[in-house]
Amino acid sequence: MGFERAMMLGGAALLLAACGESGEVPASVETVDASDAVQIAAEGDFAAALQIALIEAEPGATIEMPEGVFNLTDGLSLDVDGVHLKGAGQEKTILNFAGQTGAGEGLLVTSDDVVLSDFAVQDTKGDGIKSKAADRITYRDLTVEWTRGPHPENGAYAIYPVESEHVLVERVTVRACADAGIYVGQSSNIIVRDSLAEYNVAGIEIENSSNADVYNNIARNNSGGILVFDLPDLPVMGGNSTRIFNNQIVSNNTENFAPPGGIVADLIPGSGLTIMANSNVHVFENTFADNKSAHVTVAAYTRQTEDESYFPLPRDIVLRDNTYEGGGDAPERVMGMIAEVVGTPLPPVIWDGVTSYDGKEVDVNLVVNEGEDVGFLSLGGGSYPLDPAALQPSMDRPESEPVEEPAPIVLSQDTAS
Amino acid sequence: MTKLAAALCLILAACGGAPTPTGPDAAAILADKPAATLAEYNLFADAAAREPVPGVLPYDLINPLFSDHAAKHRLVHVPDGTKASYAEPGVLDFPVGSVLIKTFAYAPDMREPAKDERYLETRLLIRRADGWVAYPYVWNEAQTEARYAPIGARIDIASTSPAGEPLTFTYAVPNRNQCKTCHQKDGDLLPIGPKARNLNHVGPHGVNQIADWTARGLLAGAPDAPPAAPSVADAALPVDARARAYLDINCAHCHRAGGSASNSGYWVDWYETSPARLGISKYPTAAGRGGGDDIHVVSPGAPDASILAYRMASTEPGVAMPELGRVLAHDEGVELIRAWIAEMERPAP
Repeated sequence: MGFERAMMLGGAALLLAACGESGEVPASVETVDASDAVQIAAEGDFAAALQIALIEAEPGATIEMPEGVFNLTDGLSLDVDGVHLKGAGQEKTILNFAGQTGAGEGLLVTSDDVVLSDFAVQDTKGDGIKSKAADRITYRDLTVEWTRGPHPENGAYAIYPVESEHVLVERVTVRACADAGIYVGQSSNIIVRDSLAEYNVAGIEIENSSNADVYNNIARNNSGGILVFDLPDLPVMGGNSTRIFNNQIVSNNTENFAPPGGIVADLIPGSGLTIMANSNVHVFENTFADNKSAHVTVAAYTRQTEDESYFPLPRDIVLRDNTYEGGGDAPERVMGMIAEVVGTPLPPVIWDGVTSYDGKEVDVNLVVNEGEDVGFLSLGGGSYPLDPAALQPSMDRPESEPVEEPAPIVLSQDTAS
Repeated sequence: MTKLAAALCLILAACGGAPTPTGPDAAAILADKPAATLAEYNLFADAAAREPVPGVLPYDLINPLFSDHAAKHRLVHVPDGTKASYAEPGVLDFPVGSVLIKTFAYAPDMREPAKDERYLETRLLIRRADGWVAYPYVWNEAQTEARYAPIGARIDIASTSPAGEPLTFTYAVPNRNQCKTCHQKDGDLLPIGPKARNLNHVGPHGVNQIADWTARGLLAGAPDAPPAAPSVADAALPVDARARAYLDINCAHCHRAGGSASNSGYWVDWYETSPARLGISKYPTAAGRGGGDDIHVVSPGAPDASILAYRMASTEPGVAMPELGRVLAHDEGVELIRAWIAEMERPAP
């Protein structure tokens, strides 16, 4: 097929280039004919055959992996645009890296318009699947997990797109990451949906990113279910415009097993959703249940930084029409200290109440548009950095201005919408 | 000129029975696909690749990247009639058709690296019209042929280290993608070593390499006083300068803007000045278990509490840094970095 296929793809590329001139986002490169897929045999040296296929793939190719459990000793990598790497199912094609001797992740993608689907990655020494500067990537029907369960020496991230535009993550399952299961960092235009994150330190994390929709996910039995963070000293900062809706954020009560340096080490076990230093975050129509510290925490950056271009306070945070059940009954760390003063259960929504930074008052504009029966607690932290000795707790919801909700994210590779 | 030469080569090749060119084979160098064997480029006069042909010049770097104590032999080819252009702070700007050649080798005893040396792999970086490409070639047991090996290789090594210790491990030849992981900036493949500061010293020909390349007509535009990186191995130089030079050649190809670890925000290029970028009292970003029990990348005055020293000393995948290109820890490098961190002033409590 080689030569003819290349010619056809060349033609497709020309057409796409012509489309691109209209200013439209170019559509993903489609495989011309599914029968052209490169098949990796289960027999023989599977790892070598797969890595050769990934290196020598023509742009737009489909590479199909068979059913089976395959033990890999080195990380895989893909640097060809438009490739679809496909297994026989996320419970049928299993890439196990327990014997890995090299590389920082199981699979590294550095090209655009890639689709990863229908396979599982287990027990990598570092991260599971990382994609860096890989625009319009799709992660679909994947399982990435550490089979021994929560452990501080598990990899940091299972699904790890970073520095990318137009990221789609759907119907994935992630388990037992020592940092975040689905972690989207320093990226823009993001959809994470219909996925399951469990037994991670953080289930799903959107960090230093803009324009994200996170919906129809289940985040359960993590230390914290969903995180929307902005952190200092990074090339991309100023995370904003995320919608968190229609998720089930339940029983995120696993002990925090993260190594101490990363920010998630500070995550309070028993947290449902934590919003830190991010802006324009809209949280609606989710179900929160049985998160033992707090269902929703809104906070300033919890550490010190000298990064003058970083803004450590959250702004324009909207909570509306969520359902809260149980929780707050066995709060840990600082939440436990607060509970000693105000009693348990803690209310579902807790804000650190930090309203000034660098000597200036900041309009945090926290919009708590929930039913009257939904409890609220401000710690009255005052100024950043928070001084635990100077807290002035209050149950009164802050005054706020309405915040326009961002439009739904539309991704060119999202054929389902 | 290059095009003409390439066209002539093609014509000669088409006629058949053309004499083997005495210099590098421009058609092979500029072909769309890699040659199956290293010999096809005609960069060497002998099958064992010990004797470069005219137009292929050995050079060295003031500080090599640590590669499991492997000896490295570097050569450069710049097509006749063309020159590299001087550039700073990045790599020199090589003309189309240039080849950077690097062979990795071990002797049975690395205290005598030239004795009974065995070649493992030869990597080519070729400058095409549309950018650089990286091709790895792996040598056979008989040392008569190096074949293209896009997925790399694992080779068992049994040697003695420069310190006289047993050196027994499985050497990893990187695959083509792994080549690019280190050799890229903003998605484009680039050389790492041939920067002015790494070349500006007396090289294997006994003369300053910048001056020599200029005199040979390989390089144009060099200033009177190009920058020079300090020698990491020169214990008479300040620890700070040596440590920064070490980080520059061993880490900064990924840990810089546009590099493969750009998202960490930990950038250690020679010219970086921001303490936070240099990891000083900086929290890790995505280190995960690589962070160990440590809180900061560099904890001033406290090497035992610094993620940098921890990851450099580790040989565990997922913890060890660099992630690629080494299996063993570089004890001398770890010691230097620890000394650098130790001499930093501890912050006030």
